[in-house]
Amino acid sequence: MSELGLTIKEIKKSYNGKVVLNDCSFVFDRGKTHVIIGPNGSGKSTLLRISALLEYPDEGKVIYHDDYKTFEDNVELYRRITLVFPKGGLFNITVFKNAAYGLKLRRINKGEVEKKVEDALRDVGLWEKRNQNALTLSTGEGQRLALARAMVLNPDVLFLDEPTASLDPRNTSIIEEIISNIKRRYMPTIIMVTHNMFQAQRLADSVIFVYEGQIVDGGPGNKFFENPTDERAYKFITGQMVY
Amino acid sequence: MDSIISGFVKAFSLIFHLDKELLGIIFLSLKVSGLALIIAAAIGLPFGAIIGLRRFYGRDLIISVLNTFMGLPPVVVGLSLYLILSRSGPLGFMGLLYTPSAMATAQSILAFPIVASLCHSAIVSVDPIIKQASVTLGATPLQVTITIMKEARYGIMSGVIAAFGRVMAEVGAILIVGGNIAGYTRVMTTTIALETDKGNFELALALGIVLLAISLMINMVLHYVQKLGVRTK
Ligand SMILES: Nc1ncnc2c1ncn2[C@@H]1O[C@H](COP(=O)(O)OP(=O)(O)OP(=O)(O)O)[C@@H](O)[C@H]1O
Ligand SMILES: [Mg+2]
Repeated sequence: MSELGLTIKEIKKSYNGKVVLNDCSFVFDRGKTHVIIGPNGSGKSTLLRISALLEYPDEGKVIYHDDYKTFEDNVELYRRITLVFPKGGLFNITVFKNAAYGLKLRRINKGEVEKKVEDALRDVGLWEKRNQNALTLSTGEGQRLALARAMVLNPDVLFLDEPTASLDPRNTSIIEEIISNIKRRYMPTIIMVTHNMFQAQRLADSVIFVYEGQIVDGGPGNKFFENPTDERAYKFITGQMVY
Repeated sequence: MDSIISGFVKAFSLIFHLDKELLGIIFLSLKVSGLALIIAAAIGLPFGAIIGLRRFYGRDLIISVLNTFMGLPPVVVGLSLYLILSRSGPLGFMGLLYTPSAMATAQSILAFPIVASLCHSAIVSVDPIIKQASVTLGATPLQVTITIMKEARYGIMSGVIAAFGRVMAEVGAILIVGGNIAGYTRVMTTTIALETDKGNFELALALGIVLLAISLMINMVLHYVQKLGVRTK
């Protein structure tokens, strides 16, 4: 099981004077799958980028820790966490080279790189397309490549921003299957955003509901969906929210 | 009319017989411009990369100056370099005036802003998400820089090729600092200027044809590189 969990403390973030995150605090327990839900524009992706140390908050802190100590923000820590973007971020090189990118940065030997990349590309059904330029992939294929590229790194903390957003039902279940497998095999800390409530129920150990830049509700996966305490969360889940 | 036709005939015969003088001039042209390009790229690419990747005070001013210098009048560059390299100038002691080195220096000054500015624009047009992607996959700052430069590779290559095209065709600056010494500093463009002046059209025409052919080749390569760049977009 992943040794790495994280705590966010009183995170605030504005863009051009507009408050996007306001006083967000949460403890993401290690080895669990945390699913973030909430309306469009509520700040989920921003929360994810800040937690993954890709952006600084205006105020507040992101602290990585195991059960005993906290870690400093250095390359070693960066290399134990990774984020999969909802779209874009693929390099203008072949599918294979995209998947191998992170491993090559870590100076892993060639044979091992090839083996890991092949496994990952087969898992997401892109092995046949390994020599195609990644930018020519369809949206769904690109998303699967982005996941494979993160998977090969075996991260302690895996951030997923809408990993199945533009996938068809079959590919959605393939990806979910892969995420479940990763969970079973390595038990990383997973923090993912999704708009698919069924997916959230299937995958979540814990759920967080973000509304207008604040974490307003949350709880253990099964319980949360049966019985959300916040009225806005209830309306959101049941599709009755008007905004 | 007859003289033009006979000029062309003689010009082609010079080309087909691989005339020694002609080849010497072409070779020197390529050498001077090639050297100039290497110098301009060695300084211009890192320079362009820095202003493309870093945000610092005065950056906007540098970019504007660079863009202005892309259209620098060659004769002004020639004149300034002449004053620096002439015997009474600050670098006069080096004895570089009227040498191929002086010509390469002049051309590299002309090529530098083109290389640097186009490298900068290629880099800033890389989607910012590329940087985040490379960071989140574990790249160190140096590895991030390399990744972004690789993403911008077609634009950067276009800049280098465009700069080569410009310096190959340039005459004003190298005429001033190189003189026009037969067999030593005489390149294609300066020879064309001089021989035309003297009424010797066949060598001028032959060089003109070769220069055009080289120019065509450079532009074909440029077009190919640019096409590679958009193919995947
Ligand atoms: N770089 C930025 N510059 C300016 N505004 C931004 C930036 N990034 C995000 N925002 C704004 O912050 C708000 C929250 O954006 P964010 O992407 O975090 O929402 P989200 O919850 O992920 O939405 P969605 O469900 O649509 O993906 C939005 O109003 C967005 O316009
Ligand atoms: Mg989002």
